Amino acid sequence: MAKIVVEVMLKPEILDPQGNAVASALARLGFSVAKSVRQGKRFEIEVEGEPTASQIAQVEKAAEVLLSNPVIETYVVRVEK
Amino acid sequence: MRVGVITFPGTLDDRDAARAVNRSGAQAVLLWHGDADLKKVDAVILPGGFSYGDYLRAGAISRFSPVMNSVIEAAGEGMPVLGICNGFQVLCESHLLPGALTRNSDLHFLCRDQEIEITNNMTPWTTTFSLKERIVIPLKNGEGSFQCDDKTLAQLEDEGRVVARYVGENPNGSRNLIAGISNERGNVVGLMPHPEHAIDPLTGPTAQGLGFFTSILNSMVK
Repeated sequence: MAKIVVEVMLKPEILDPQGNAVASALARLGFSVAKSVRQGKRFEIEVEGEPTASQIAQVEKAAEVLLSNPVIETYVVRVEK
Repeated sequence: MRVGVITFPGTLDDRDAARAVNRSGAQAVLLWHGDADLKKVDAVILPGGFSYGDYLRAGAISRFSPVMNSVIEAAGEGMPVLGICNGFQVLCESHLLPGALTRNSDLHFLCRDQEIEITNNMTPWTTTFSLKERIVIPLKNGEGSFQCDDKTLAQLEDEGRVVARYVGENPNGSRNLIAGISNERGNVVGLMPHPEHAIDPLTGPTAQGLGFFTSILNSMVK
């Protein structure tokens, strides 16, 4: 079953207090790796068989209209096997 | 004068909003999210709460409810619309107002009495206030930080569309201390704090919130 995946992230200029909280929790726990953290959303949309171009186009539209708010967020659509 | 108050699944403040409308002397008409019929109201209030559980984003799913199609259409024809808290979020998601409301900068859900300054008393919802009048009404939200791009912010400021501003320390990270804005025409107003909880000193910090409801009554009667 193939999936069309939509990932939504806050635009870089929008403050992400959740990401900041995660970053400071990481530092507290000794995970010193993180310079900063941004938190986003991932949608997995299952389709029957191989996704067609029109199905992907539909998801692109849905990502723009519903799944993301273009005022504050960006999205990426891709197919995952 | 009939003022509609919409109930979405998860709305909390519809009863208080209806009570405030009735207290002002207008008649509150309860509207249901699943019903596109606005029941011949003269104005509409979108009250606070957590419509559709705030799933996806606050207001994102409510925007597509049948009643909102009618509200968007009526707002375009000039009907006064006031969105309070979650209602403000719904208006932004509906693109009736610019910008978006994001998580409070310190991540805390805030619930406190907040001083705000009325910075535009020309909208149908603010006519009974004097310009720069300061009032205290409750502020209670988790996602009240008003955000928009620089161009939109400049436009809001230049056109006098910032309706209310927080006084003192910024409670939630809102740009330019914005507590409320209007659309270009002025008939659609979004407000983060809650005037409907401050209409009686017995239950609220003040009765100063009532001004929003008497304003709409006055602007309709004129």
